[in-house]
Formats: sequence, C-alpha cells, structure tokens
Amino acid sequence: MTALLFELLDVEKSYELRGGGAAFRPGPKRRLRALDGVRLTVARGDSVALVGESGSGKSTLLRVLMGLTSPTDGRALYGGQDVTQLKGERRAAFQREVAMVYQDARGSLNPRLPVLDLIAEPIRHHKLRAGPAVRDRVLELLDQVGLPAATLKRYPSQLSGGQVRRVAIARALASEPLTIVADEAVSGLDVSTQAQLLNLLVELQRRMGLTLIFITHDLGVASFLCDQIAVMYLGRIVETGPTRAILERPAHPYTQALLNAQPRFFAPIAQPLQGEIPSPIDLPPGCRFAGRCPRAVPACREDDPALMPSGQGRAVACIRPLTAAA
Amino acid sequence: MSEATLPAQPIEDIAPAARFRAVRRFVRHRLAMVGVVMILVLVLGSFLGPHLYPFDDLRIDMRNRFQVPFMGPHWLGADPLGRDLMARLMTAGQVSLAVGFAAMILSTLVGTAIGAVAGFYGRALGGALMRFVDAMLCFPNIFLLLTLAAFIQPGVWTITAIIAFTSWMEVARVVEGQFKTLRERDFAIAAMMIGSSDARIIFAEILPNAVAPIVVAATLNVARAILLESYVSFLGYGIQPPLPSWGNMLNSAQQYLTSAPWLAIFPGLAITAAVTGFNFIGDGLRDALDPRLDA
Repeated sequence: MTALLFELLDVEKSYELRGGGAAFRPGPKRRLRALDGVRLTVARGDSVALVGESGSGKSTLLRVLMGLTSPTDGRALYGGQDVTQLKGERRAAFQREVAMVYQDARGSLNPRLPVLDLIAEPIRHHKLRAGPAVRDRVLELLDQVGLPAATLKRYPSQLSGGQVRRVAIARALASEPLTIVADEAVSGLDVSTQAQLLNLLVELQRRMGLTLIFITHDLGVASFLCDQIAVMYLGRIVETGPTRAILERPAHPYTQALLNAQPRFFAPIAQPLQGEIPSPIDLPPGCRFAGRCPRAVPACREDDPALMPSGQGRAVACIRPLTAAA
Repeated sequence: MSEATLPAQPIEDIAPAARFRAVRRFVRHRLAMVGVVMILVLVLGSFLGPHLYPFDDLRIDMRNRFQVPFMGPHWLGADPLGRDLMARLMTAGQVSLAVGFAAMILSTLVGTAIGAVAGFYGRALGGALMRFVDAMLCFPNIFLLLTLAAFIQPGVWTITAIIAFTSWMEVARVVEGQFKTLRERDFAIAAMMIGSSDARIIFAEILPNAVAPIVVAATLNVARAILLESYVSFLGYGIQPPLPSWGNMLNSAQQYLTSAPWLAIFPGLAITAAVTGFNFIGDGLRDALDPRLDA
C-alpha cells in the first residue's frame, strides 16, 4: 500500500449567481454547482485520467486539487494536509513536488521571457542548481522533450503550438516534481507529436515513479497513459476504477455512451448521446444523467445515487449499473 | 536517459519577435514620424542651439528693442528690452521640456506603483486606492494646480512636483486595469504555483507585459505636462522670470499683443509643436503596440 498523495473528501464548489431580475430588483439567487460531492484519492505512483465532456467540472477539480480555488464544502488534502492551509516549508515542498501543465500552454508562458528564463525559473526558485549549471540543466530538459539548443533564446511567440507544448512540459519537469498534473496537455496536437509526448510521459512515469493526473476527453489517451480512470459528469465522478476494466466493461451508462461516441475506423458512431449536457444551475432531483440515459427508470428521477464501491477497485454512481446481472 | 528523449525537432522559419514587428509598425506610422521629427527639432534646438546661436538670452540690447523678426540682427526679433527672442525661446524650451519630462517620469512612477498595487492585490486595498484616484480625477485639474501653486514657492522642481501630483491618475487607472487582467492569466498563475514572491510576479511577470499601455500613457502625459506648465506659468504662478519658459513668455507678451505680436506667436507655436508632437508619437505608439496586431 503506497502513501496517499491527494485526497478529495466530498469536495463541493458552487458559485452563487444573481441576475435575471430588473434593475434594482435582483433576481432570485441561484447556485451553480461546478463540483458536487467529489471523492477521489491518488496514491504515489498512480496515474489517473479524468475524463468527461466539456463543462463536467474537470478543470475546476484541478484548480481545487492545486489549491488555486478553495472548495465551498469538503476538503482537498495533499499528504494529509489541507492544500489551502499549507504553510512555510510544507507549502514550498508542495510547490516543488507538484508541477502543472496548463491547458493553454502558450498562455501559461510569459510572452516576454525567452525559453531559457522560462524553464530556469522553477530551477532558480527552488535552488535546484546554481550558476552555469542552470543553463546546462535547461539544455538537458530541452533535449529530453526533443527541442534543440537553439530554442533557448526564442520567445514563445516564435514557437509552434507543438513546440510551446514541449516547453511547457520541460518547465513542469524542471522542478523535479513527484506529480505532474496536466490539463489537456496533448489535445489539439497532430497525432505524431501527441504520440511522442505521450511516450515521453509514460517513460518518465516509469523511470522516475512520477504520479500523473491527466485531464483529457480522449479515452484513447487515457487508456494509453493511465492505470486509473475517473469519469466525470456534471461536477460529479460517476465511475472510477482500473482503466482496462472500465473500458472493457463500463458500469455506468454514461461511460458506455462515451465509449460509443469514440469514432472507430469505418464504423458509424453507434449511439450518440441524446441532448446536451444540462445546465449545472438548479439541477433537478434524482440522477443528473437521467435525462439523457437510455436505461433510466422512474426511480432514477427521484434518488440521486452516490458513488458506491462495486468490487475490484471500481466504484459507480448508478442504481442500474450495466455490470449488474439484470 | 536516451529512451526518454524525443527525436530533436528542427526549428526553422522563425517569425520575428513581436517587439520588432511593433518597432516596424511605429516607423511606418507617418504621423508618429512627423511627431518624432517635431520633438527632435525642439529638443536639439533647445539644448544644442544655444551653443551655436550667436546671441545670449539675457543680453540687453536697447538699440534693437521690438526688432521685427527677419528685419535685423535678431532672427526672430527682440523683446521690449532688446533681448533676442530666439535665444530666449531656446532657454525657455530647456525649462519647459525638462519640466514636462520630469513631471512625466514622476507621474508615471507614482501612477504605476499605485495602479500595480491596486490591480494586483484588488479587494479592499485596491478598491480604496482606486476610489482615491476617482476622487482626485473629480477635481478640476487646473484649479487644483493653481491652488497648490499659490501655496507653494514656485520653482522648477516644485512646479514639476505639482504637475506630477495632478496627472498620475490616468496612468494608475491604465496600470490597474492591466494588472487586474494579467494576474488572472495562466502565466501569472503558473508563477504563483511555482511559489514566486509577489514582488517577482509584479516586476518580472506582469509589469513587462503592461509596458505598452504605460509607455503610451506616459508619452501623452509629457504633452499634458508641457501644457499644464504653460497654463500655470502664463497665469504667473509657475516658472518665475527672469528664468523663461514658453508659458511665462506668453504672459509677458500679453501687453504687446497688438504692437509686437511675434512675442506671443513664437512661444505659442513652440507649445503647440511640442504638444502635438508628443500626441502624434503617443498615437503612433498606441497603434504600433496594439497587441491585437501580434496575434
């Protein structure tokens, strides 16, 4: 049993909205639940993929995990301590041990700094190297992500999308982290670049025992990179477990639908999901997937199922899981 | 190490960095170039001219009192004491331009500092600072200036300080807006995640990205500072004779407006040229530094 690194305990993040009323007469208060009762644990050396449609709360989950947003309810722990309460040495350690690759790689790099300074920043901040050794280390990292030494002097605006992504990954590796948290780190890249970066991440994970938390909407990427998968729908994790088991035998109808929606060679997409993801404002009672679920029964519209363990390290939030003999 | 290494990617055909494109856009901006030429002429004329020009600005030459321009030894004519108008314009230009620049630097520093703190920290502190800025903006500038000038011993430095005190608010607003947006950008958040100090994030991450609008505001501030100095000096509260400034030259020319109009026309032209010149440069910079053009 390895040590738990991250723990999310019934995390809820809701935003209060006002509006809709006339001037001076604000409309009724409404709540947008971006995250609702999320439970997730990540142990050292795990690789977890967070999968879900846009708007399912993946990025909010990440922000809570990183302590950028404090949850309205529940707690986010790192090494047993609340991430928003980390102080002094523990905070510095967290900042070094957890590195992030942002969804918008270009936006995460200061456009006024050359690549050398961008990658050197974490090295210098955490005093991992000093003097000329900093530059050598930056070169080493660039080499690792497949960029030539000439990149050192370039500004982000002079690099292509794939190159910027590599710089962002090199920068994340610069602090010699234990965990890399990546938000859509390879989406929108051409397939060969994507494959190269994925291979790099897998290699790093095996060799250095990195923990990976990877947000993606691509089940293929998730299956290649991660041992664990967590499927999110409307601010809640609806199914978790080992990637292989889940992709081979999904228990939640939503997971099934996601799998069906994956394009396959020469085959029409079997059963596209009906309708849009509903608005997370003022959710109706019952299961939040009921409105789009092909297996919904009247009970689904009354009881909101919680994420319950279903054996073999899996958990599902459904009253009529596909895996149940029925 | 070798397995984890990706095949090296060649880096070719590089787009020029944004800053060079901005310089090119500025150089191609016709009005901005006109402004640059105007300001260069004024600055070189004021600071180098006295070394080349044969007349001293303080020498009294009673034989040539009220000499008409181009009709005697004095190029631009002479004043009631027979002092050379051209020489006086140059000395006055040194004073007016120096006051304008110094006031710009001071007001930009103050405005940037206050705007940066307000924008970066936000909340109660930022709100309080920005309401103070609003309050300052509510005063009619010129009355504030005159009130202050009436209480303070006029001199080059005090006038500079007073002008800066009444014109830092625009810069503060611009900087506050920039900091507010830039601190939410991913690169600022990334720096916070690394654990960089506030000072580092403000100076190394955010400020370099906010330079463009600050430069524009500062340039336009020079024009305004020169104009304000002229107002105050014209009304007699600013730079005191015998030290000339373009403003107080206008003041002393008042009573001869019909008999010797050139005494008012040339300082007036100098002020107009300086103010329009800096405004042209400011407009050119605004267009050239527009980040939307770098997308």
